[in-house]
Amino acid sequence: MPALQEEKPIANPQDGAAPVVLRIDGVTKRFGPLVANDAISFDLRRGDVIALLGENGAGKTTLMNILFGHYVADEGSVEAFGSSLPPGDPRAALDAGIGMVHQHFTLADNMSVLENIALGTQSFWKARFDRAGARRRIAELSGAFGLAVDPEAMVASLSVGERQRVEILKALYRDAKVLILDEPTAVLTPSETDALFHTLKLLVGQGLAIIFISHKLNEVMAVSDRVLVLRSGKLAGERVTAETTRHQLAELMVGQEVTPPPVPPVVTGPSLLVMEKVSTARRANATPLDNITLSLHSGEITGLAGVSGNGQAALAGLLSGTETPLSGSFTVQGNQVGKNWSPAEALAGGIARIPEDRHAVGTIGDMSVTENVIAERYRTERFSRAGFLDWAAARKFAEEIIADYDVKCPSPEARIRLLSGGNMQKLILGRALDPEPVIILANQPTRGLDVGAVGYVHGKLLEARARGAAILLISEDLEEILALADRVVVISKGHLSTPSARGQRSVRELGELMAGHGEEGRAA
Amino acid sequence: MDIVEILFTASFWVAAIRIASPLIFATMGELICERAGVLNLGIEGIMTAGAFAGWFTVYAGGDLWTGVAVAALAGAMFGLLHATLTVPLGLSQHVVGIGVTLLATSLTYFTYRLALPEVTSPPKIEAFQPLPIPVLSEIPVVGEALFAQTPLTYLAFVTVALVFWVLYRTPLGLAVRAAGENPSAVEAQGISVNAIRIGAVMAGSALMAIGGAFLTMSAFNSFFFGMINGRGWICIALVVFGSWRPGKALLGAILFAAFDAYQVRLQQITGGVVPYQIFLMMPYALSILALILVARRATYPKALMIPYQKGER
Repeated sequence: MPALQEEKPIANPQDGAAPVVLRIDGVTKRFGPLVANDAISFDLRRGDVIALLGENGAGKTTLMNILFGHYVADEGSVEAFGSSLPPGDPRAALDAGIGMVHQHFTLADNMSVLENIALGTQSFWKARFDRAGARRRIAELSGAFGLAVDPEAMVASLSVGERQRVEILKALYRDAKVLILDEPTAVLTPSETDALFHTLKLLVGQGLAIIFISHKLNEVMAVSDRVLVLRSGKLAGERVTAETTRHQLAELMVGQEVTPPPVPPVVTGPSLLVMEKVSTARRANATPLDNITLSLHSGEITGLAGVSGNGQAALAGLLSGTETPLSGSFTVQGNQVGKNWSPAEALAGGIARIPEDRHAVGTIGDMSVTENVIAERYRTERFSRAGFLDWAAARKFAEEIIADYDVKCPSPEARIRLLSGGNMQKLILGRALDPEPVIILANQPTRGLDVGAVGYVHGKLLEARARGAAILLISEDLEEILALADRVVVISKGHLSTPSARGQRSVRELGELMAGHGEEGRAA
Repeated sequence: MDIVEILFTASFWVAAIRIASPLIFATMGELICERAGVLNLGIEGIMTAGAFAGWFTVYAGGDLWTGVAVAALAGAMFGLLHATLTVPLGLSQHVVGIGVTLLATSLTYFTYRLALPEVTSPPKIEAFQPLPIPVLSEIPVVGEALFAQTPLTYLAFVTVALVFWVLYRTPLGLAVRAAGENPSAVEAQGISVNAIRIGAVMAGSALMAIGGAFLTMSAFNSFFFGMINGRGWICIALVVFGSWRPGKALLGAILFAAFDAYQVRLQQITGGVVPYQIFLMMPYALSILALILVARRATYPKALMIPYQKGER
């Protein structure tokens, strides 16, 4: 990865050489009892690259939304170029030269690149939209900063990397002097990330100041001059990048020593789930699987790496029973999966599911903890008799999970939506693992969880592995896969790569596969 | 007269264009609202209010064009009510829309009864008269159908061109279309989503009201109860039929009106053999069929009916 700070002398932020472009002073924001930002203050100088580092939920995005005027801070102020910004007004932030590349792109799919970029830059009283002028300016900017994109292309047809370039162009088109990038690499392939870093370097050369929000340490080390670490809403520390280490930053971020989970060796057993040349039907919003071959073995964690939207949803759907194979052979514990494959069949076949989206799919927010934990098995003899639910058994089961998995919740009757992400995930784990399933689908099991909960989830998966379960771990976090998986398979555009044993492929090689390069024509 | 021959008579096409005119206004109005992301089911009531407001202004001694302006204003006010409830407050667009239709219709009938307590047969006004355009109106069939209509019909066609231009050729139209697709894109560019949506609903509702006023000021020349008779609901279907595009929606309106004009003439020739209800049903049955064929491929505005709350995602 290109390191920005190698290209220019490291300016000590304390020496005050460059003018301050942005000053955050004592910003506090509360959401009910939660303090998302607690008296945060810092300065950003011209040509500075600040990394804002912190875990999910540390308050990074909240802070940036206050800066950009999406939220109004409860206390504190934001100053740009010496004058204070009126709170809650994105237009004022834009006019002051603050550009933001949101984590979830803010583009209208039904319009062209050019229309998206020029939206709101011309007076509403004009009888004609100046297309030629906009095209000229976009061409200049994309040439100067290596942001190649066709201005007439419809946004709906663009790749994620291209969309991000459009977002950056939107900010530059408005003469942004400060560029805020919120988790910009979360959706990019390694080579797209390199191209982004190259662009950032050119921008800094032009005197822009950049705030780079991330929770990935290697990126923070590569691009920033200074690192601000946020932890549970507070500024936990500030470091000059050149004078710190990844390890030190990681400790600041989580507030404790971080150790990867030990992965004891387990003897791999027979194949429990086998897919041969399986394809799935085309869907509106998801990439279908194309002729994939995959087998899951007892006592083994198979890690599925890949950029989101490359067919993970279809594969997870196949295992959960919400998707049926269009062609190919799919057997679960030796039984051929047929036309009547359904979520109930999947459960009966011994497959446990930890769904990707625990709010939308994993739980029913307005129902109680008890109702949620029996949701998969309420019709079994254990929880119902003659068509009536056995609430005593259900409550006992919920209490067992709460105790065994150390779930923090007011009572089994509490609505599950009131629980934090980590506690909700523990309940889902308890529900999934209680029947001692032989096959486990863990789809993004730790997304959005804090470090403690991540460690807990990983530990439980390793326990199941030791017991002989076959586990498919789908994750966009390559580090998670490298830490846990015995075997890594990469998914790209609905194709699977050949599996590689732990440590067999380098991160770079996996990245190439994620980007869809290499291995053409070879079946996995 | 033969059932095919009807299609080549000038009177048939004159009628089709006349029947299409109110639909064109109201369809354009609904299209603007939906393009900004708001489904306006107040359309039926707003057309009723517009029909009465325009007619009553002229009945009370006002000028015809003043009547049109008053109708538009009445529509815009009901639009403001609808938008206040659905945009900043984010209430259900279905419920608010039906509420506005019921309120506007009842309020109109109530006002009519208050203003004209003694009347038994609806009084007529001096309405818009056909204004043939020299030379063009002398072209056989086409000239009569398109260029010998009332000024309000001409205005309907001008409205389509205007709506097209604003939506696709101006910076404002860009913002309206973006607000219906991805409002956070609008806010990220420093534009108020609420202002765009409220403005679009008000402008759209004004057009719906003019569509209603066409009936009292350019067709029946008087106001009576139930006169909108489901035309508003047809316009909602026409927007879908037109895939939210002004040109295609115009075609849809003319097509529907042509079916309607055709069935009236068919009733006359088949006189008594087939029950007339079958013919009355025809335009609606055909529009359902057309919707099935066309609308399945339509790409609707993605943020349609989704209230936007600032800062939420």
